[in-house]
Amino acid sequence: MSDENKISRRGLFMKLGILFNGLVATALAVPIVRFLSSSVTKGRTGAYLSWVPLGRVNEFPVGETRLAMFRNPYVMPTDGKTVDTACWVRRIEGEQFQVFAVNCAHLGCPVRWFPQSGLFMCPCHGGAYYRDGSRASGPPERGLFEYPHKVENGLITIQAGELPTPGANVALLGTKPPCAS
Amino acid sequence: MRVLTQIGDWFDRRLQLAAPIRDVAEHPVPRNTASWWYVFGSAALTVFLLQLATGILLALIYVPSANEAWGSLQALNHDVALGWFVRAMHGWGSNFMVAIVLIHMVQVFLFGAHKFPRELTWILGVFLLLMTLGMAFSGQVLRFDQDAYWGLGIGASIASRVPIAGPVIVKLMLGGPIIAGATLSRFFALHVFVIPGMLIGFVALHLLMVVKLGINEWPMPGRLVRRTTYLNEYHDLTKKAGAPFVPYAIWKDLFFAAFVLLAVAACALYFGPFGPTGQPDPTIIQTVPKPDYFFLWLYALLSLLPPSLETPALLIGPVLVIIGLLLLPFLSGEGEKSWRRRPIAVLTVLLIAIILGTFTHLAGYMPWSPHMNAWSADPVPVQFLRGTTALERQGALVLQVKQCRNCHSLGELGGQRGPALDSVAVRLTQDQLIRQVIQGGGNMPAYGKNLTPAETTALVAFLETLHPRGQVPARDASRDLALSEDQAQRQSAQR
Repeated sequence: MSDENKISRRGLFMKLGILFNGLVATALAVPIVRFLSSSVTKGRTGAYLSWVPLGRVNEFPVGETRLAMFRNPYVMPTDGKTVDTACWVRRIEGEQFQVFAVNCAHLGCPVRWFPQSGLFMCPCHGGAYYRDGSRASGPPERGLFEYPHKVENGLITIQAGELPTPGANVALLGTKPPCAS
Repeated sequence: MRVLTQIGDWFDRRLQLAAPIRDVAEHPVPRNTASWWYVFGSAALTVFLLQLATGILLALIYVPSANEAWGSLQALNHDVALGWFVRAMHGWGSNFMVAIVLIHMVQVFLFGAHKFPRELTWILGVFLLLMTLGMAFSGQVLRFDQDAYWGLGIGASIASRVPIAGPVIVKLMLGGPIIAGATLSRFFALHVFVIPGMLIGFVALHLLMVVKLGINEWPMPGRLVRRTTYLNEYHDLTKKAGAPFVPYAIWKDLFFAAFVLLAVAACALYFGPFGPTGQPDPTIIQTVPKPDYFFLWLYALLSLLPPSLETPALLIGPVLVIIGLLLLPFLSGEGEKSWRRRPIAVLTVLLIAIILGTFTHLAGYMPWSPHMNAWSADPVPVQFLRGTTALERQGALVLQVKQCRNCHSLGELGGQRGPALDSVAVRLTQDQLIRQVIQGGGNMPAYGKNLTPAETTALVAFLETLHPRGQVPARDASRDLALSEDQAQRQSAQR
């Protein structure tokens, strides 16, 4: 019997040792990956989105667009002021509203409302939107992001909690909350 | 002295590092590489070490919490003795590092140092460049102010455009549903542990290869690189005609390193630290976010690309550039090294430099952005109102009230998003003006719903007065003809 084909006792133990380490590493990878992806998995369970009150309906004059503030529903202790969020509330008439995210649909810079020219304008790359949020000009490919909203007991409430981004919010525009109909 | 030698010997009998260090220091280099062109690599290393040192100093005070980061930066700027100077050194050090790494890369490329057998050194260098840019972006995030906050928003908006995986990438990047505490914490981990750790490892390998493969010899036009003969030729250049790196070549590196450190310190002293700008409070929307200078070209590009091209350009462009850089030493691994015989290489470098320079310059004054304060700041200049009728003056009022000058300049004041209006009457007829105002088009919003017919009439009447003296306003010749035919018909009917 030649030595070349023989598996030595120590060689076998070394291979078993490597295999053992591989198994332990795989087992440890499971909690590490779950820890790293917690921000994604949490979003899937719907922990981020909830209904947030913006204020009483009569705080928003008919025919005007006003800036409103709300606190993001999902808060961590170190968040500080970053959970305070602004949005544009347009009261069309009666209890007909539109609530827009301040984030430009191009790259997320904060758009400002100019009542005189009736336009939302973005300071970063010059995106402009009409009063109903539809795209007017500039680099955005779509209109402003709209939060689903409902009016109950004279209170206007929106469904919020996630940063509106062009990729994530394709489906958001124009969706109505199930209780609105 | 003898005691010192004995102590040194005691350590070296145990460490046994003196001989390998001496070998590295005195390794022979080609004589003509002792040039001022060869100092940028060591300068990049010097600034990297400066960043490590100043970064550790900043970490003594800085708090990576969205609640406290901005306050701790204020404390560094105002309360801690010379905290402002350490911040300024770190900020200017980052600017210098990006610039020196780029210069080093251009020099290496123009001197053909990426060719055989130094392909892997170049590839590691490409990764070092990407990590340097990663440090620059993550460092800008740690300066947690309004620019950092909205810069993260821009990053998230770009990342979200990746097909299918976009929303997942955004949540991984932000560490949650919005830009908040977890976002800052993970960028802190990236900036302070992950990327620097990788940088140290890659720099060590990069340097090891410089020592093992030798410094690139001065490129001579006509001396071609061939895989079969190059190693022997280089051996002759170094072993037979070379000189030891220390002290023959290193003194220039030492002088330049000290000069760069002085330059960083001078900038830090004179210009001071960067920011922080306003508090990272998302409810403050009166802000014009702008990236640091090395990303300004991208900022300009994003506003000038046609909307339909933007997502492909953002997602595919960087991948192509990185693949191109990584493949470069394999596509041109042999042949001519000297830039004097590589016109396409020189032109490519010039073209890229001009493109980046032009975009950076454009981003400096942002002609595409509306002037957000034009409403209160820029009244219609008096010279445009002299000798006008009441209707035309009413039109000037409409122009002012409807904030047309957010985008159009008049008398060289106002936005540059749309064309200047000083001589608009020469370009557009009355009908065209009415159509443009009401329907918009060519990147102008439509104002039909926002102007009453009377306002439109007044505005167009004013716009029609805007032409240089001695130049007649544009008019529709067919309309004149139609009107005169109409008159002729009426006259014949009267007869």
